[in-house]
Amino acid sequence: MKKPEIPLIINGRRIDGRLPDEVREIKMSIGEILNADGSARVSFGNTEAIVAVYGPRALFPKFLQETDVGLVRVIYSMSPFSVDERKNPAPDRRSIEISKVTKEALSAAIFIEDFPKAVVDVYENIIQADGSTRVAAINAASLALASAGIPMKDLVAACSVGKVDDTLIVDLNGKEDNYSESDMAVAMMPSKGLITFLQMDGRLTKEEVLELLKKAEEVCKRIYELQKKTLLERYKMEKEEE
Amino acid sequence: MEEFVKEYLNQGKRIDGRGFRDYRPIEIKHSVVSKAEGSAFVNLGGTKVYAGVKLDIGEPFPDSPNEGILIVNAEFTPLSSPEIEPGPPGEDAIELARIVDRIIRESQAIELEKLFIEEGKVWVVYVDLAVFDMRGNLMDASTLASIKALLHTRIPKVENGKIIRGEFVSKLPVIYKPVSVTIGKYNNNLLVDLSKEEEEVIDTKLVIGVRDDDKICAMQKQGIGALSFKDIEGALDLAIEKSKELRRLL
Repeated sequence: MKKPEIPLIINGRRIDGRLPDEVREIKMSIGEILNADGSARVSFGNTEAIVAVYGPRALFPKFLQETDVGLVRVIYSMSPFSVDERKNPAPDRRSIEISKVTKEALSAAIFIEDFPKAVVDVYENIIQADGSTRVAAINAASLALASAGIPMKDLVAACSVGKVDDTLIVDLNGKEDNYSESDMAVAMMPSKGLITFLQMDGRLTKEEVLELLKKAEEVCKRIYELQKKTLLERYKMEKEEE
Repeated sequence: MEEFVKEYLNQGKRIDGRGFRDYRPIEIKHSVVSKAEGSAFVNLGGTKVYAGVKLDIGEPFPDSPNEGILIVNAEFTPLSSPEIEPGPPGEDAIELARIVDRIIRESQAIELEKLFIEEGKVWVVYVDLAVFDMRGNLMDASTLASIKALLHTRIPKVENGKIIRGEFVSKLPVIYKPVSVTIGKYNNNLLVDLSKEEEEVIDTKLVIGVRDDDKICAMQKQGIGALSFKDIEGALDLAIEKSKELRRLL
């Protein structure tokens, strides 16, 4: 843990003026990538993710095909200009790990038995990074999957929570992420109360972990409502155009 | 085989006769590679892992100029399983190394601020894991091997900015013994130390890193299943309980 030059909580407010339980402004939209079967853009303050879904489509080489279930592949990547120091565009170890656990988190919500031998490719791109990028991307991926018509058990909603200056907070920004005592990324199927993604690091008591999970659930439920609203609005607009 | 394993689990039993909360036998040896500054070998129910620690002099990161550097890497050697092809680490090896890295780093087990040599020079601690037989629960075996190797790592002598290999001045400052407890979920049961056969049947796991003071220092959900809040709470209790048992072996 690095020591921050400045305290992260002053008079009960965070460095960007938020209260501990306050989420940044969230924006969501669907369908801007015309070539994709489904796409979505989600931003939390300055953090912005675009996700495209292609498939289900034929999976090659053939030996990768599973006879009883379909495959989900995820690639998470950050644009070179998304961070302060230019990021090499080649996949790094962090991106490979995030891609792997995101794939598992989304697979948990998808009826993979509905498209045996085929693959659904999910491409996540971070346009701008200011903390909580993996969860912003999961929220967008879930919207993109739904708009691609992939059969799902539930939408997946995700958020980050953590501990800074002895205070439990939600939706960490970049600075908070760097200097936090602990941070945790959570994704869940809100209507089922099931967690499909969980990564935590830092130093927390068991009670603090459970309290943070509760906070994450509250935020995920709000994100879930926004996701449903975004999908409904998009669907309604298309109906009017007809 | 899969049906056989499931049938047992459904009856609340495991094919090797263990209880759901029992580890397989664990053998730990240290200082097994004399060329390394620290090393350990773990055999966890047949899963065999070497951890080797090498120290080098390097430049500190700009945002922590007075601290040593920790780098963890894992290699699944093709010796370890018919499914492993030779080549650069795949996503599973990368994930494993990154979880071990976080458990060591976030538990603050190594006093990195004591690894400062002089302006612009710090010790770089490389922990390399070499897996030779994958018989399940590679995660916990790898954490045990890494911590055991670090506990027996010595800092070499430095003369005129050069490392004198084989001559040592002090022990690596390691102040905690974090361990990982990986818990599988099958139906509504939680199990520790999954064997290879069980890993093929159980699609949801939670890795929990626990420090000596019961602080949780890392968690990671693995697999394509999902966990309820109750599962996680149960897993935390189980991990804290089992962590004490594992730590006694270090």
